[in-house]
Amino acid sequence: MQRSRRDFMKLAGVSALGLSAGTLGFLGQGAQAADALPTATDFAKPITAKQWAMVIDTAKFDDALFKKVITACHAYHNVPEIPGKQEIKWIWTDEFHGAFPTERPAFLADAQEHRKYLLLCNHCANPACVRVCPTKATFKNNEGLVVMDYHRCIGCRYCMAGCPYGARSFNFRDPQDFIKDMNLLYPHRTRGVVEKCTFCVEKLAQGKMPLCVEASGGAMIFGDLADPKSEVRKVLKEKYAIRRNPSAGTEPSVFYIL
Amino acid sequence: MYNAKYIIPGLIIFLGLVLFPFIKGIGQPELKIETEKPKNVKECVLKTEKMRDVHMVLLNEWRDDVIRNGKRVYTNEAGKQFNMSLTNTCMGCHENKDKFCDKCHEAVGVTPYCWTCHNISPVKKEGGK
Repeated sequence: MQRSRRDFMKLAGVSALGLSAGTLGFLGQGAQAADALPTATDFAKPITAKQWAMVIDTAKFDDALFKKVITACHAYHNVPEIPGKQEIKWIWTDEFHGAFPTERPAFLADAQEHRKYLLLCNHCANPACVRVCPTKATFKNNEGLVVMDYHRCIGCRYCMAGCPYGARSFNFRDPQDFIKDMNLLYPHRTRGVVEKCTFCVEKLAQGKMPLCVEASGGAMIFGDLADPKSEVRKVLKEKYAIRRNPSAGTEPSVFYIL
Repeated sequence: MYNAKYIIPGLIIFLGLVLFPFIKGIGQPELKIETEKPKNVKECVLKTEKMRDVHMVLLNEWRDDVIRNGKRVYTNEAGKQFNMSLTNTCMGCHENKDKFCDKCHEAVGVTPYCWTCHNISPVKKEGGK
């Protein structure tokens, strides 16, 4: 087939139009993302506490809510989805006997036995992981949060052995390949470090509630355990709540209403 | 001097090896690196010259302040406030790691591992891993 010069010019014109349209669209997206960058003013009003704590109303949870809460956390914090034994967990679920292995109720009520329980790092008042970390990569900050400094973690996994709740995961491989939609505003982790839930320390610094609490629609209550007027203390005053594995003596800060 | 026939040539060879990089550098043109500057922003957190010298010190201090001390706002000499964040503040302006960071790092032969965790640019991802 022969092409005339006129045909070629037409095709070139259309292609140029297509290319420029693509570029414009790309610039538009960039500008949108730039608006969402947190600035200094976002951190002007942080919320603080002596010991942050959480109460989970387990009866209010169903599968859909579990999924919503877990996705809210994992998507924002770039938690990779690795199947099998190398799984990374920040917030996950288990049945009664897995969640509370030291509670041994005989003839447990059906509702409680077949329910799933939302599990996460307990941000203990007396954390075992902090005691055993040789590099002080994991430590308790002055708001009662058990935080990790990934820069200092040498991947020895003593903290994983120390934690009685299995709340820590080790990156056996580069997690980058297992993150579907990377949130560019938040760093991901690298091979050879341990990671875990942070109680959204970066959200508290902006005066916001943790992402799971926001997504739960009232099924999770968050507040200062040391303040008798706080939301969590009000709830704990009214309802009987248990903690995971209290005999480990770590004083977990996550309470479960059964 | 005992063993002068060994010691003096030895010293000359030693000095030659030690001074070799300096001798080789004589007469070479000054190292100039052209980096891509942010398009929309004129001022950095610190003055350009200071930033060139101490950006790694600053980042180290930011890291400790944010993670250890819970201090997340940085006030510079001009009194302007910034969110202490490599991903959001630095890489928000310096969108292209290849054309900014890597230019110098490659020339001086350092490979910082910041980007094994911190994302390249929250504005747009370019330049790969």
